[in-house]
Formats: sequence, structure tokens, C-alpha cells
Amino acid sequence: MTALDEIKIGGLGASRKRVEDSRFIRGRGNYTDDIVLPGMLHMEILRSPLAHARIVSIDTSKAWQIPGVHLVLTGEMMATRNLAWMPTLSYDTQAVLATDKVRFQGQEVACVIADDPYIAKDACEAIEVEYEPLPVIVNPEQALAEAAPIIRDDKTGTTSNVIFNWEVGDAAGTESAFARADKISRLRLHYPRSHPSPIECCGSIADFNRATSKLTVYMTTQAPHIIRAAVALVAELPEHMIRIVSPDIGGGFGNKVPVYPGYVCSILASILLERPVKWIEDKTGNLISTGFARDIYLDGELALREDGKILAVRMHVDSDHGAFFSDAQPSKFKIGLLHSTFACYDVPVGHITARGTYTNKAPGGVAYRCSFRVTEAMFFQERMIHQAAIDLGMDAAEFRRINLVPDDAFPYRTPFGFLTDSGQYGKCLDVGLKAIGYEDFRKQQAQAKANGRLLGLGISTMTEPLGAGNSREYDILGIKMFDSAELKIHMTGKALLRTGSKSQGQGHETTWAQIVAHELGIPAEDVVVEEGDTDTAPFGMGTYASRSTPVAGAAVAMVSRKIRAKARKLAAHLLEVSEEDLEWELGRFYVRGAADRGVTITECALAAYTNMPDGMEPGLENTAYYDPPNLTWPFAVYIVTVEVDPATGVWDVLNMVAVDDCGVRINPMIVEGQIMGGLTEAYAMANMQFITFDAEGNCVGANYMDYLLPTAWETPGYELHSEVVTPSPHHPIGAKGIGECAAVGGPAAFVNAVMDAITDTGVRNIDMPLLPDRVWEAITKRRDVSGAPPVRTD
Amino acid sequence: MYPSRFRYEAPRSLEEAIRLLHEGGDEAKIMAGGQSLVPLMKLRFASPELIVDINNVPGLDYHRADPDGTLRVGALCRHADLERSDLLKQAQPTMAAAAPLIADPLVRNRGTLVGSLCHADPQGDWASVVVALGGSVVARGPGGRRAIPAAEFVTGPFENALAHDEIAVEAVIPAPVGTRSGGYLKLERRVGDFATVGVAVALETSDGSVTRAGIALTGVGGSTIAATQAAAALMGGPLTPESIERAAEAAAEAAQPRSDHRGSAEYKRHMVRTFVVRLLSRDGASVGKAA
Repeated sequence: MTALDEIKIGGLGASRKRVEDSRFIRGRGNYTDDIVLPGMLHMEILRSPLAHARIVSIDTSKAWQIPGVHLVLTGEMMATRNLAWMPTLSYDTQAVLATDKVRFQGQEVACVIADDPYIAKDACEAIEVEYEPLPVIVNPEQALAEAAPIIRDDKTGTTSNVIFNWEVGDAAGTESAFARADKISRLRLHYPRSHPSPIECCGSIADFNRATSKLTVYMTTQAPHIIRAAVALVAELPEHMIRIVSPDIGGGFGNKVPVYPGYVCSILASILLERPVKWIEDKTGNLISTGFARDIYLDGELALREDGKILAVRMHVDSDHGAFFSDAQPSKFKIGLLHSTFACYDVPVGHITARGTYTNKAPGGVAYRCSFRVTEAMFFQERMIHQAAIDLGMDAAEFRRINLVPDDAFPYRTPFGFLTDSGQYGKCLDVGLKAIGYEDFRKQQAQAKANGRLLGLGISTMTEPLGAGNSREYDILGIKMFDSAELKIHMTGKALLRTGSKSQGQGHETTWAQIVAHELGIPAEDVVVEEGDTDTAPFGMGTYASRSTPVAGAAVAMVSRKIRAKARKLAAHLLEVSEEDLEWELGRFYVRGAADRGVTITECALAAYTNMPDGMEPGLENTAYYDPPNLTWPFAVYIVTVEVDPATGVWDVLNMVAVDDCGVRINPMIVEGQIMGGLTEAYAMANMQFITFDAEGNCVGANYMDYLLPTAWETPGYELHSEVVTPSPHHPIGAKGIGECAAVGGPAAFVNAVMDAITDTGVRNIDMPLLPDRVWEAITKRRDVSGAPPVRTD
Repeated sequence: MYPSRFRYEAPRSLEEAIRLLHEGGDEAKIMAGGQSLVPLMKLRFASPELIVDINNVPGLDYHRADPDGTLRVGALCRHADLERSDLLKQAQPTMAAAAPLIADPLVRNRGTLVGSLCHADPQGDWASVVVALGGSVVARGPGGRRAIPAAEFVTGPFENALAHDEIAVEAVIPAPVGTRSGGYLKLERRVGDFATVGVAVALETSDGSVTRAGIALTGVGGSTIAATQAAAALMGGPLTPESIERAAEAAAEAAQPRSDHRGSAEYKRHMVRTFVVRLLSRDGASVGKAA
């Protein structure tokens, strides 16, 4: 009897087509907006046109008179039920509907529930709100200025706009290392505000049934169980009477982690009206009010030795959190995992100070396609590394090679306390440099320069902490960041798998089945995967921060192993030998020394329901909760070459090479898709994308005419490399997170390439996005182009 | 995105459409491709009470040349028709250069040149092209037909010279007297973005001498800008580095850009200058060949 071919059954390493795509590409997905319930009403939100203003009065009488209107909610009404404010994921409060003031443009002021969304929208326009405008703050500098208006005057005792001051590292040790340095390289940067901008906006359908007292909410959430807990706490409903269902989700990217006012209002409206209430956000609402990302300023310094060794790193960051501190992040940390910066470099000592401020901008600070603030951490790192090499007069690749953590140093303790698990950093760099043709390009670059053409090459190398947590260090609102899987093997050997994660396009239905196939030899096509329904799924923390494969994926492996352990007992019973005499090969137990005497996993499954030994509990089902011992640390090298047109500032990508070592790849095709998607988002951030505000706090970037997503036309091609594989030493199948690496590490590669092309100008920095006018300004004026992409008005 | 309530009519003849417009007064709006109007309605920036959809009116989807070379583009001729047109490739270099740069492929499948002219967006590409070519718009109303020069048709941002009961049925590009050359360059942040800067150049030359010149600018003012001084700098002789430089300077001067999130005023002015030079002196460009 020959063993099963793992690739053929869709196991580990099979580039199996995504099973969910069959319904997605046929238009048969089931998104929140596809759900229609009998008697369902529709909700629309009235948003503030002003960024900072006192509410003098709200007159809803005309709205109530419009036929088809069932309910008009205001902050005042919410307050009578103690729902005008809600807690955030960072231990702050956020207005559900404004009562005293509006604090950002687009803030929720009232909502209307009506027979259809057109009527609801008309009625929103009929609400008369009188505002008394207040001075507006749109950046940390203004927030910190003396006599700045206090944005959060709702919180008694608040005397400034500072949310927190936080520090990590060794201040004294860093100071003394800087004193010894041969050279100090400094860089000031801004990572502009961007938005995760999933194509599907947020939405919910709340359905409160008075007869059963049960509340069912269909909604766009990446973390249904956290939402259930939040609803229980905020709405003071018993948790067993709350069912959260995440149907298909059209992209999340961190945007669908927080709790939004629209969810809360639709729930209250359903309870009050005893009818289902649907709220579907429009694109502008999504862009101007829901969780943004980044918006953080850096003052960075590297202490360097003449020979290129980094002696110390020092950073100060000022972060702009908008009107409410609602970052989604582990509760121990104020600025996420920013201190994972420089984790791939052998830096002896470092110190980071971080200061968060309120501004009159939308709240958020979500982890947009990254572990919490890791995108900023790695962008800062790689821009500082690029500039330090220039300041030392060293080759950028060589400078990295000198400082990368060597292979024999793992597990390696970073200057800010993380323990990186494994990696072959130098090998990845070699693969990348060879693929881009590093030496040849440098020659071409010199020749081109002689002809007045500007070519540039940018490198970004990074590792990042993926897969929170372990439970000792990582929790959200006190809930430890483990995850779960439940596996039920039916008597015919087919299986149902449920996890506490929630796919938003990542392909869990495909990948999780492959892990089961790998562990049990059940063909992946025989495993159905379900997620997102809190009444059926085991408790989990959801999908974000590249944690699904490292945590839930590990739980899938562990529950499969539990199943296999029981199947072994069944096999011993069927073969009439002792368990110790059995060997396992994929999908089959056999008697040691008699390979033809065996039973398949399918036969064991049948026995679990039809022929179990005396005293054994029937059935073949189990659940595993997995608390990872550490984060997983993938490594990546991204190298970009560009040509910059000095006359226009327009730059084009010539080539891009991506070398990703994410450990064992479960479905290589899905991994490659993730990398390409991430690189495209990185390109967008570097090239065109930002949300900014004018002096009055008007959001520029409130629709897809102003907030640009790249299309196939301008997105460059990518060359992907997967030849370096360093399995995670602690993950059950050696996998590491990958969903976000390219979006995290990519932006610096593009920016470094453009900066490399214009090194001769002496310009140290152009802040993203590198729009042509900013590049042209740097070249012609020979000055840094810095700060939040300003809406410069004459 | 839910528009306000509106009435929708889809007439089957021009006469009926004009009657509907006449009855609808200021609150009626013609819809051809709908690629600008529908988004504006969904954002409730526009809330017309009556939409007169002319897509069922027969005989408006043409673009054709008269025997003398006059080009006529009907009100339902889509951008995509022009993008794929052999006629444009052979005889209309400025239009042929602009057609693939209009918006994105999806918009080009529905949107129309005449609709773009009527919409009069300062960032609309076709208006510059037609102005540079010295074209006109034919309007039909209860009182009959009239031709309006393109340079006078656009009266301001999002404003045109049509009476409320007139329909623009056709854009007309006059036949060239000499050999036609020219081009269109557009700086956009991404395919489908509005122009940060666009420049249209249209020339006619006879015996190596420029006999007609038109230069018009997109996105650098409150409406489409006809850079007449710039065009004048090219007239009456062959193209020379000096005349090109003079034209570029004059065009930059004619621009009235504002700094915004697409770029600084200074940069936009610089780009006008750069584009004029590039259009007039491109290696092997049609301009050079024709001259």
C-alpha cells in the first residue's frame, strides 16, 4: 500500500485553488448587505460637517414628519440609556452620537431609521443642527501648542490634548552609546494618515427578538467574539442572548476590528422598534469616520561607529490619534508594537519615547495590514538605515549586512525586549541582491547619471512580530490573545472545522482544510470550514495582525493531533494490537513491521460511531485552544529600482524583487497572492495615497476621487522569491505570518529607491506619498519635503 | 449613496427630449453617459427633479468626417468609440492622443465627448482638446439649431452656454487648412484621476509654416483655458526652439493654477511649460513630421 500523496489531497505545500472563490467570482457571496430579513428597516447616519463645534441645538421635528420614518436617534436620546458614549479598545471613551460637541468632520450626530434608505437619507437632511464653531486642531503640533483648545473637555480634569507619554528601552545606556559614536545620523519623518479602505464598507443588521429576548447581529467584523463581549458590556445585554454573525467580508485590513457607532445605533434601534434594522455605511462614511492608520511623526537618531556598526538607536514619535483614542492594540502598549523596530538588526541598546495627542480628526489608529504600529516601526527603521548608510558613505546593502542579526544568534533579544525566533537574514539579502542584479544596476545607474538620467535602487529588510500573542503579554481589554479550533470528523471521514478566526479574503476555508489534510490525511476537499458565528464557532480573538496562521492555524494543527490520538486508539482496537505497535503515515495507521496491516483515518472515523472499544466515549470530535509561546518572526527583503524624471518628478518602477521567508508555506499560491497584495498597498502608500485635512479640518480623501487605490494600470510587476525557508521553531507546522509583511516592509523600498536616485541633491527626505510635485520640489529646490502632505493653499 | 427623488424620462426623439426640457425648466437635466451626473446625484451635490435620458434617441452615436474633413461627433458617441477610431488616428492627432487618457476604461465605455463638454469640469480633458482645435458645439432647442464656438461654450466651472431647453447634439471640429498635427499630455496621479495638469496642442502647417495654432489647458484654472498668446507665438513661421520656448512661457503665464493636494501652483505652472515644450518638440512626434 502506497502512502497518500500529500499534494494530491491538498495538504501542506499544495497550491490549491481557493474554495471560497467559486462563490465570490460568481457573485454568490453572502455579504452583510446581501442579507434581507422580513420587516427589515434601514438606518442612515447624519454626520457633522464641521471638525470642531459646540452643538447648540438639534431639531428633528421635520425628520419625524416624513412618511416612512420610524425613529430618529440623537445623542440626547442615547444618553437617557447611557449609550451616548462607549468604551474604546484603548481604554478611552468615544461618542456614539454627539451630545456636547462634535470633534471631527464626519462624526455621528443623529440617525434615522426608515422604511428604505432613500427616506432615511431624506430625513437626515431634514434634521436641523445648529453648531457654534470652535478652533480646529489638525496635527500634534497644534494640539500641543500653548492655549490650544481642549478637545476632550468631556473628561473632567483634562487640561491638555496629550493622551499619553510612554517610553521603552534604556535611556542612560543609549545616551552613553551616543556619546561614544563616531557619527550620528538623524532623520525626521512623517508617516501620513492612510485608510485601510476595504471595498466593502462597514455595516450591520441588528435583529432583536422580543419573544426570545435574543439579539442577533449580522455585521462586518474581523473579531466577532470580541464584539459579542463588547455588546454585552456596552448594551448591558446577557452574553448568552447575543449572537454575532460575520458573513462573508469584503476586506478588512484592520478597519473592521473596532466597534463603531453605527453598530451600536442599529442595535438600539432594533431593540426599540423590535424590527431588524440594517445599516450599510457608504464609502465617504467609511473613509471619514472609521479606523484610519498611521499619522505619526518621527525624530530618529542612530549612533554609528566609523566601520558601519550601529551602536544605538533613539526615537521620539508624536502620534495623532484623532478625537478619541480608539486604537485597536494589546492593552499593555500605548503605541502598539512600535518598539519592534530594529528587531532584525544587532543593535545593543535603544530608547523610544512616544507621545499621543488628540486632534479634530477621525479616531482610529488601527493596525492597517500589520501587527499594531509595526508598519510605522519598520518604515522608520528602513528609512533611517538608508540615510545612515549615506551619512557613513557606505553601500546600503553592505551596511545592512554588517548589522543584520546573524543566523547563529537566535533566539535573539532585541533592544526593546522582543525575542525573535529564527531567520537567515543574510541569505535572504543575497537572494534579493542577485535577483535584482545589484552590481550591474549600480553600473547602469552611473552610466545613466552621466546622461542626465536618474536611476535609483531602494532596499528594505525587516522582520516583524506576527501572531499575537502569547497570553502573558498580549490581551485586548483583558481577554488573552489565544485562538481556537473545533474539529468534527463525521462517520464517513468527512469533516467540519470551525475556528475563532474570521477570514475577510485571506482564504481560511482553503488553508485550514489543508492543515487538517496534512495532519490527518483527510483530503482537503472533504473538510468544510466555518467561521464567524459566535453561536457555533469556538471562542477566538479574530483575524488581524497576521495572527490567523500563527495562532488559529496552530490550533487547527493541535486539534487535528488530538483527533489523531483518539484515532490511534480506535486503530489499535480495529487491528487488535496495542497503540505502541502502531506507526502513522499520512492518513493511515499500520502495524510496525507489517505495513500492509493498517486502517485508514476514514475507517477509524467509522469505528468511532459504529465499533468503538468498550469504555471509549463515542464520536471523533475535539476542540483546541492554542496559546502561542512566542510571536512568529518572518523576514523579508524588498528591492526596488526606479527611474525618476527630473523635469516632472514622475517616477516609474523598473523592477521589484521580494524575498519572503515566512517559514513553511501552507498554500504557496495564497501566500504569493498575499505578498502581491501587500506590495501593491505599499506602492500605493509610497506613490499616491494619503488622507489629509485643511486648516478647518475638512477631510481631503473622503472618496475614491481623492483617496486613490492603485489599479492594474499603474501597479508594477513583482518578482517573488521563496527559496529561503526558516520554519518557526515553535509553531506546530513551522509556519509564520505572511499576510502583512509586504505592506509593512514595502513602502520603505519604494521611497529609498527614489531617494537613492536623487542622493546627489543632498535631500534627506521626502515624506510619503512621493507625488510628482513633491519629488520635483526636492530636486529643484534641494530641500526636504516634509510633514503631513499639506493642502498648500496660496 | 442615495440620490434625492427624481423623475426619469427616456424620450425616443430629439423633439420629445426638447419638449421635456422645456417643460422641466431649470430643474431638468440631460443624461447621456451619466458618468459625472450620476456620481454627483449620489453624493447629492446635484439633485435635479427630472432626468431626461437621451440614450433611446436614435442617430446620435456617430462620429464621422464630412467630405471636406470636418469632423462631427454625436451626443451619444462614447469615449471608447473615439479611443478605437481609425478616423481619429488618421486625421485627428490631438483627439487621438487624448482619447485613451479620458478617465478609466469603465468610464470610457459609457461617457461621451459631448457630455464632457456640457459638464464643463475645469479638469475635463475634451474641452481643452476641442478648444485647441477651434471646434464648436451644435445646440438644438425649440427655436432650432445654433452653433456655439467651444471657447464660448464653456462659461465657467460646471457652466455652459446652453439655454435650459437646449440639447447639445454634436461637437464639430473644422477641417484643417494645412497639415494637422498636435497632441495631448496629461499628468494624473493614477488612471482615472482628474488631470493635475493637461495640455492640448493643435497645429496646422502649410509649406513648413504654422498656419493655425491652438493651445488649451486643463486643470489649471476655474475653467478650461485657451492659451491664445501661446498659440500666437507659433504662428506664421516654422517651429523653432525659440518659438516653442515663447509659446511654453506664454502658456505657463496663461495658467491660473491653485495649490491643492495634487500639487503646488508653482509645480503646475512648471508642468504646463514642460508639456508645451514636449508636445512641440517630441522626437519624431507628428508635430515635427508635419512641419
